[in-house]
Amino acid sequence: MTGLITTSTDGQTSVPAPVLEIADLRVSFPSEAGTVEAVRGLSYAVSAGEVLGIVGESGSGKSVSALAIMGLLPDRARVEGSIRFGGRELAGLGDKALTDIRGSGIAMVFQDPLSALTPVYTVGSQIAEAIRAHHTDTSRAAAADRAVDLLKLVGIPNPAVRAKSFPHEFSGGMRQRVMIAMAIANDPDVILADEPTTALDVTIQAQILEVFHTAQEATGAAIVMITHDLGVVAGFADRVMVMYAGRAVETGTVEDAFYRSRMPYTLGLLGALPRPDLETREPLTPVEGNPPSLVGLPPGCPFAPRCPLKIDVCETVEPPLAPTAVPGHQTACHRSGFLEDGDLKAGDVFPVPAALPPALAGVPREQRPVVLEVTDLVRTYPLTTGSIFRRTIGEVRAVDGISFDVREGETLGLVGESGCGKTTTINEIMSLATPSAGTIKVLGQETGSLDRKQRRKIRRQLGLVFQDPNASLDPRLPIGDILGEGMKAYGVPVAERRSRVSELLTLVGLGPEHVNRYPAEFSGGQRQRIGIARALSLEPRLVVLDEPVSALDVSIRAGVVNLLEDLRARLGLSYVFVAHDLSVVRHIADRVAVMYLGRIVELGTVADVFDAPAHPYTQALLSAVPVPDPRQERARKRILLEGDLPSPSEVPTGCRFRSRCPLYATLLEDHQARCRDDDPVLTPQGPDHTAACHWPEARTVF
Amino acid sequence: MTEDVGVSRGRLVLRRFRRRRIALFGLVAIVFLVLFAFLGPSLSKWNYSQKDYNAFLQPPSAQHWFGTTQIGADVYAQTLRGLQKSLVIGFLTAIISTGLAAIVGAAAGYYGGWTDRVLMWFVDLLLVLPSFLIIAILSPTFQGKTWLLFVVLLAGFSWMITARIVRGLTLSLKEREFVRAAEFMGVSSRTILFRHLLPNMSSILIIDATINVGGAILAETGLSYFGFGVQPPDVSLGTLIADGTKSALTYPWLFVFCGGLLILTVLAVSLVGDGLRDAVDPNSESSRL
Repeated sequence: MTGLITTSTDGQTSVPAPVLEIADLRVSFPSEAGTVEAVRGLSYAVSAGEVLGIVGESGSGKSVSALAIMGLLPDRARVEGSIRFGGRELAGLGDKALTDIRGSGIAMVFQDPLSALTPVYTVGSQIAEAIRAHHTDTSRAAAADRAVDLLKLVGIPNPAVRAKSFPHEFSGGMRQRVMIAMAIANDPDVILADEPTTALDVTIQAQILEVFHTAQEATGAAIVMITHDLGVVAGFADRVMVMYAGRAVETGTVEDAFYRSRMPYTLGLLGALPRPDLETREPLTPVEGNPPSLVGLPPGCPFAPRCPLKIDVCETVEPPLAPTAVPGHQTACHRSGFLEDGDLKAGDVFPVPAALPPALAGVPREQRPVVLEVTDLVRTYPLTTGSIFRRTIGEVRAVDGISFDVREGETLGLVGESGCGKTTTINEIMSLATPSAGTIKVLGQETGSLDRKQRRKIRRQLGLVFQDPNASLDPRLPIGDILGEGMKAYGVPVAERRSRVSELLTLVGLGPEHVNRYPAEFSGGQRQRIGIARALSLEPRLVVLDEPVSALDVSIRAGVVNLLEDLRARLGLSYVFVAHDLSVVRHIADRVAVMYLGRIVELGTVADVFDAPAHPYTQALLSAVPVPDPRQERARKRILLEGDLPSPSEVPTGCRFRSRCPLYATLLEDHQARCRDDDPVLTPQGPDHTAACHWPEARTVF
Repeated sequence: MTEDVGVSRGRLVLRRFRRRRIALFGLVAIVFLVLFAFLGPSLSKWNYSQKDYNAFLQPPSAQHWFGTTQIGADVYAQTLRGLQKSLVIGFLTAIISTGLAAIVGAAAGYYGGWTDRVLMWFVDLLLVLPSFLIIAILSPTFQGKTWLLFVVLLAGFSWMITARIVRGLTLSLKEREFVRAAEFMGVSSRTILFRHLLPNMSSILIIDATINVGGAILAETGLSYFGFGVQPPDVSLGTLIADGTKSALTYPWLFVFCGGLLILTVLAVSLVGDGLRDAVDPNSESSRL
């Protein structure tokens, strides 16, 4: 990555005076259960031109601390400590005084750009309003001109026209660019970015991070980047602060934190991350347990209950943030000396679970039975107009002729940007309906030809795990009823049902004693385990996993991924694993299908597709995935895609990736003509590797 | 993510409800009124149909606590009898109308298509019918028959708005993943309706039923006032008020007790309804600490 002002790691840097200095910040909220201590003594400083990455899981206090700086917390919150901005104390200032600083001194970029923009004004006028709020002497016309300049700076094509558009006419990535334009409108000294790329696809995330670089170059501002994604931090930040239970537990340069981590929690986070660039079949190292509740925290280190290195003192004294041997690198751990002496890594600290060999490891793929076969599947939705007399004016081809098969004991990863047709595909499979065109065969039976009874029989063979464990479990039913529901529908007798429920709970690492509890009494990771148990309740042969880990925190994710791998080996299951997190796909899948605008553009074994992607889209997608390794991440060259996914109702002629293809732009005119006129089909690139490109060229992107 | 694992939703709602003093007052008032209506008559030696020919139009005294009417009936006994009737009609109507609304609304929302269209047409039709007039016209036909018919009529004209709300809720609930999970597991739609959809709307339904009680009592008294509701010799608060208005200024005891109890009842029910709504709504400010 370019354009970074890097602090050298020897600690001899002449650090300029910090623009923002937080000292002993404490934030607490009253709640039904007691006082929630969301931030418990947080101190940090950032200087101009520096990027500080704040990493932590949900509930670690990272967003609350940012809102406290902006003075945007509700009145119920109690904020203590010092917030100094350019030598001026902000804590205790009234709303009026803070308004002057918000936007012009400190600007904020939020996670959800749709709710951060007012839907009834054009984006240009919203940016102009932000300018005029702080420079009342600026004329309307001048502010509007400046808004167009800013939109151009953040890479919005055709800025003069787009300034007159409304927020709903922009895609998520474009809206986030607008938010950044608004944030830098008044040349702030500090930009607080709260999970600015979390809601976006990886390809768009790469674009937005690039825009942040541009914005920083233009303003020279300090950036505080709050994220849960260690990969983003590895490439983007100069310094990292890891937060846990409302406190900083480790701070230092990126290299300190990634290569010389002296705090078990940071090590655990790094070990729990699957690597998109390495072929590893070993289980991830999960951090057992859950983050603590911030109500009535017991004395001692809050991480102690999950820490494999804990000693007696950890349970009684909470360690302060103390310097290590490297200047500027601080950790809050009683055992950091021990970690230092041994230079221990995640695998040395956390117990690595033993992996079971897959049930059919020895059997070659061709000899295994086919569990799911999808041939030329098409799903169209009519585009209608009129409210009383509906007229069909066209159709959207959400899935447009895809073919793949899944054999027993294997995992197929289905990846692509949002809107590419992944979800439609699995809905078609799960609903066992007759597709618009093409066939779906489950265990050799074609879904279109099934009668009611057969369909019921086939339905048992399919399990589905949803993305959001909060939404997928009925909050009004106890766990036993949730797990027993499917069996009840199939008339399994009560006694058998009960014993099966206990068995399922044990299988997913919970206890049979949980059977009478309600979903609300479980943590996110546990709920997802219950969701998996429910999918397995009817002993299916094929389980469809719809983004099963993307709603979970990193340290929890590893445990669930390990569980899924373990279950596949033990029960001989086949998985269809839908995800936008390519690192997890690399870890768990055997084969991977890359989808773009309703088509599969590349299909092959994980090793082939990840190490030698042939389709330019796959290359761009993989190149956008951040690698949690600072040295490697900074040395990589990104293939940035232009623009967003086109609407499925306006598919380009010929190759549908043509409008964004980086390769197309470099082709000769007569070669381009082929892309324009011919729709490419999947052609073999290797023994089990196909790609739909006229000019495929394998490249390494990691 | 919810941090306070262990505190169930029911207990949380109860805790928040208890924090609302005024709602708590409403609840106490309702309990008191019900006890008063059903146990009160046994305290007095007079029955609501008995007449004391030695006391016509007497003001409240030790003998007749609320005084007597023109024909010597005991106002205390009559008022309590009227309160009984009004409360029973109010609660029954509310339960029937909310139940009907829940089933029709959920079925329309969940099944969609023609079921939805037909049910919603029916709802719209009932909404445009002038319910007061229809009950007034029908009332002679059930003269002398059971007052339960009257309850059915009242309920039949008060469920439509709730049914539309329930339909809307169902439309959003049925997209939730736990409903889809049940569908993919082959659970029947009726089971989904009664096991997943309705229980997840129960808080709204309870609030709606509570608020409906007040509305039903008012509708009943209104109709009875004009002579279309409860028929003599039975009495309700409405008929008592109708009888008492002519002498409200000259012989106030004929009017004040039944009118006052009506106001108290409806007010108490509304306060409880408001309190419940705030306690269930996590965004409501008034129930916060």
